[in-house]
Amino acid sequence: MAMPMESPISFTNVGKIRWWQRGIFASQTGYVLLALSVLLVIMHFASPYFFTEGNMQNVAKNFSFIAIATLGVTFVIITGGIDLSVGSMMCFSAMITSMVMTELSAPGSPLVHMAADGKTVLANVPGLILLISILAGLGVALIAGLVNGFCIAVLGLSPFVTTLGMLSIVRGLGYVVSNGRGSFPGGPDADYFYALTSGDVLGVPVPFIYLVILALTMAVVLHHSAFGRHVFALGGNEKAAELTGIPVVRVKIEVYVICALAAGLQGIIISGWLGSAPANMATSYELNVIAAAVIGGANLAGGIGGPLGAIVGCVLLEVIRNGLVLAQVSSYWQQTLVGVIIILAVLVDRIRSRMT
Amino acid sequence: MTHADATPVLELSGIGKEFGAIRALHDVDLQVLPGEVVGLMGDNGAGKSTLVKIIAGNFRPSHGEIRFAGNAVHFNRPVDARTVGIEVVYQDLALSDNLTAAANVFLGRELKRKFGPIALLDHKAMAARALELFGELRSETRPDDLVKQMSGGQRQAVAIARTRLSNARLVMMDEPTAAISVRQVEQVLGLIHRLKEQGVAVMLISHRMPDVFAVCDRVIVMRRGEKRADKPIHETSPEEITALITGAKEAA
Repeated sequence: MAMPMESPISFTNVGKIRWWQRGIFASQTGYVLLALSVLLVIMHFASPYFFTEGNMQNVAKNFSFIAIATLGVTFVIITGGIDLSVGSMMCFSAMITSMVMTELSAPGSPLVHMAADGKTVLANVPGLILLISILAGLGVALIAGLVNGFCIAVLGLSPFVTTLGMLSIVRGLGYVVSNGRGSFPGGPDADYFYALTSGDVLGVPVPFIYLVILALTMAVVLHHSAFGRHVFALGGNEKAAELTGIPVVRVKIEVYVICALAAGLQGIIISGWLGSAPANMATSYELNVIAAAVIGGANLAGGIGGPLGAIVGCVLLEVIRNGLVLAQVSSYWQQTLVGVIIILAVLVDRIRSRMT
Repeated sequence: MTHADATPVLELSGIGKEFGAIRALHDVDLQVLPGEVVGLMGDNGAGKSTLVKIIAGNFRPSHGEIRFAGNAVHFNRPVDARTVGIEVVYQDLALSDNLTAAANVFLGRELKRKFGPIALLDHKAMAARALELFGELRSETRPDDLVKQMSGGQRQAVAIARTRLSNARLVMMDEPTAAISVRQVEQVLGLIHRLKEQGVAVMLISHRMPDVFAVCDRVIVMRRGEKRADKPIHETSPEEITALITGAKEAA
């Protein structure tokens, strides 16, 4: 029914929203980004070491260690959910990855053969052991994410309770499979593993490169795909989303799976940097991850958030930590300050939305 | 009505619904013609919502038959009703506040462009089509504005534009004027006229007598699960309708 319009609409009563009143400029992410830039300038004057290449690499590496998981949890937060199991998930995925790697690399495994000296083990197909072990690590994350999603979307349990349970289940399983000892990546492919997780390309730490790729992908998915649109719709008004025919159950399961996979990948990367996957690895990281997402502007009530905010939140946390170290302030203050910043960030956003 | 001989868009015969021992609807017959605005009135518990939910595909009727544009139809889910051309504008409008007007109009049926195996949203096409729809409805609504920042009338326009997208032939509106200002009520009634002009049948479920008398061609009164009256609007009066709703008058 393409009716010709009698007259193009004239907006006599409806003002146009100015560019600075919309998009990033009117978001918490924008304000926190501004605060971060100010902080960087202050740091530059406060400490001559801050903008050195070594320190920048350090900062980039350190925030990348929670930023990938933050991207994942941001998906969940946008739908109005929460995932508390990310810390445990990091540990469990890392543990499974290194255990599978060690297991497959033991003499007698069909994937390895003995070198001429009779002691060193060599991979029959270089990289295959690594691939299988990483897939195993991500596989357990996938399963945990599916269980989370199923309980929340199909059974209708509260996300908080479900993922709190999963936090404990996954951490417990980690202790069970490792007997509480943790595990170490080993075997012929371990060198590849370290190169892929804690190496650098032209001075840029690889975790940072993964982060940038994943963040860009996430931006495209959130803003230019139907799935992303449904994620936002779900967080904005779940009932409306359902009435308009959005597959609510599927979208919910998908975001919890994405979150668990991101956490799993993050854990695997961290274990490469640590050189091991101890059973208490990443304990209470879920709090840092959720704090970073919230500081960056993701709204726990749902409907708002994005990859830029997630990264800005992580960078801010890391710069503060780094700054306190450079300023030789006791690191015990760090946590206190993080708490203050979480509240400040949300407060500033509240004041702003009252004013407009 | 001028087109009394046209095929009814919607025809219910002998519709009944029981929930366990409770009889919510009994033997309801009704017809809605193309381009006709029918008011559905009744007190709380009279069976209005049950009737609407049956037509919208939320419930299956226990008895009776639904015909849409002359064909018998059976709805198992709301999507089935939408597929044949029945759209519902819900009382709370079912909009996502954090999305733009265009995004809401196209929610669940986004336009996409293919880039190889990847389908990305076609923002431009959606905004253009949404602007066209708002133009048809003569509502001053910008496709790129967030619904959060809109007035009640604009929200109604967004919800109604959504029904226009699918070229619905019957639009049911549940209390569209219940919670908005007087000026916005005018706008909403205007929107109903626009739908009528384009040959869309509208079923208006409302408690507000003045609104029903302002836009409806015919009014149906429900009481205790039965249809008590079905009259052209010019043959009745607000007083008579009130009497029918409260039961002071049994039937007309």
